[in-house]
Amino acid sequence: MRISSATREAIEGYLYIAPWLVGFAVFAVGPMLASIYLSLTFYKIITPPDFVGLDNYIRMFQDDLFWKSLWNTVYYAAVFVPVSIAGSLCCALLLNQRILGRTIFRAIYFLPSITPIVATAFLWLWIFQPNVGLANYLLDLLGIEGPRWLDDIQWSKPSLIVISLWGAVGGGSMLIFLAGLQGIPIELYESAEIDGAGNQAKFWRITIPLLSPSMFFNLVLGLIGAMQMFTLAFVATSGAGQTRPAGGPAYSTLFYVLNLYNHAFDYWEMGYASALAWFFFLILVILTYWQLRLSRSWVYYEFDQGERW
Amino acid sequence: MVEPALSAPRASAAGIGGVRLRQAVRMIPTLLVVLVLAAAFGLPFLWAVLTSLKVPREIFIFPPTWLPEAPQWSNYIEVFRQAPLALFFWNSLKVTVLTGIGQILSASLVAYGFARFRFPGRNILFLVMLSTLMLPPQITIIPTFLLFKWLGWLDQLRSLYIPPWFGGGAFAIFLFRQFFLTIPREFDEAAKIDGANSLWIFFRVLTPLSVPVFVTMGIFSFLGSWNDFFGPLIFLNTTEKFTLALGLTYFQRVVSLGGQATEHLMMAASIIMTLPCLLVFVLLQRYWIQGIVMSGIKG
Repeated sequence: MRISSATREAIEGYLYIAPWLVGFAVFAVGPMLASIYLSLTFYKIITPPDFVGLDNYIRMFQDDLFWKSLWNTVYYAAVFVPVSIAGSLCCALLLNQRILGRTIFRAIYFLPSITPIVATAFLWLWIFQPNVGLANYLLDLLGIEGPRWLDDIQWSKPSLIVISLWGAVGGGSMLIFLAGLQGIPIELYESAEIDGAGNQAKFWRITIPLLSPSMFFNLVLGLIGAMQMFTLAFVATSGAGQTRPAGGPAYSTLFYVLNLYNHAFDYWEMGYASALAWFFFLILVILTYWQLRLSRSWVYYEFDQGERW
Repeated sequence: MVEPALSAPRASAAGIGGVRLRQAVRMIPTLLVVLVLAAAFGLPFLWAVLTSLKVPREIFIFPPTWLPEAPQWSNYIEVFRQAPLALFFWNSLKVTVLTGIGQILSASLVAYGFARFRFPGRNILFLVMLSTLMLPPQITIIPTFLLFKWLGWLDQLRSLYIPPWFGGGAFAIFLFRQFFLTIPREFDEAAKIDGANSLWIFFRVLTPLSVPVFVTMGIFSFLGSWNDFFGPLIFLNTTEKFTLALGLTYFQRVVSLGGQATEHLMMAASIIMTLPCLLVFVLLQRYWIQGIVMSGIKG
């Protein structure tokens, strides 16, 4: 029997994507389904899962630490995401000017974003050292008494935000803005000038709308990333020698994923942690969907969106 | 393909000498802001390097001194004595290399399948694949942990480097596919007429034309596994298996047991972990930046 060339092509196509299909089934669909089931059980690993219905979800909504972790995460994301996007945009605008040593400055701005998060955490733990740290020394020079940073309930979240900003502002999102800026045709500015537009008008009427796709991209990725805050908080708050549990002081840096981690891999409550994971997934889906809907009203796409590259 | 000419300053043909004085003066405030920001980004690094060269006595004096009295380069040897840092380094290297090969090979082949072959359900499968971009690892971590426990992969480095061989992740597949789509099909057809099979076409026609995207993906893959903390934290248990990211927290625990100042050693260890990233950045900066821009434009 002869196989037609179309069938042959299809078989080959399936063979090429086969690794992904297997991986998708084993590492995505399988675990997703399993975690639905697990979230409905009491499961502490040593004994088989025990079906308990919606108990885990009920417990979750009654758990103060769950709400606390959700609030911490929302606080962090709500401050970090807008500030980091605005910061990246400002850096991109600055580096888009004709200044001496642009390439060097771009490299310096970019360096923090390639530093491993664990190294970043240690570096800043030392800078934020309350007594002899660099931060409080510099504040001291200005005559300001610095706070106790990560040891202070009031300051622990802002401290983590500062560290995250240091690692994010000059990174990928700045480069994406820079590329976006350089993609804006000069003629647009020139014709606006002829029409008598000032710098302000040019910025708000040309630069911002034409950058809105880059902004949207950075916003979606930034928000999803911020919601998943884990490593920095884990390393920076578990203290020297990891003598205290991560998320302190007084749970002020207990983020959602940190709470999930504690329940799953510290208390081995796999059922309850699965419920936390599913609720988290739901939050992310809603957030992403909401952003996509919202984007229609403010993201401006040029007509020739076709194959740009 | 539009080359985002990031490195070529626009309209700078006149050069520094050609810029008029008035314009230069107008740039001064901008330059000041640029400098202040550079200090904010760069100072923490400088501080870490200087700290790593101090002796314990110099660590806890206030006001702190900037320069160490005598640079202690031996601190960088001392860290290897305090903890099996060399072993951690080796584990990280192993995971990084094996992840990189698996991720790049499987993602490019899968992308080839999506880019060049027609089969029923292709577009839907591609969309499903893309939607996994939004699936954070925390959602699947618990069942995956149980699966690895059942397979006996816990506390084994393979728990980190085998999964990437199965498709290599949505982002990698997407990046490769987008690049392959820009290569004219005529090249494939010509090779096919000469009797080449599809695998030959992939390795001899597409791959040589796609070097930039392979390098870019190599960088992303390297960074991803070198810096990964979540995976090792969950899957690895014994010290001998730790990667550098996890080993650094172990190191912190061990050196702080003595009760003496250990910040100089912590900074040295952190810098050692950062060095490979710096090296990759310095050598491959162009590909790196292009890759980020490429992934952003189509977002």
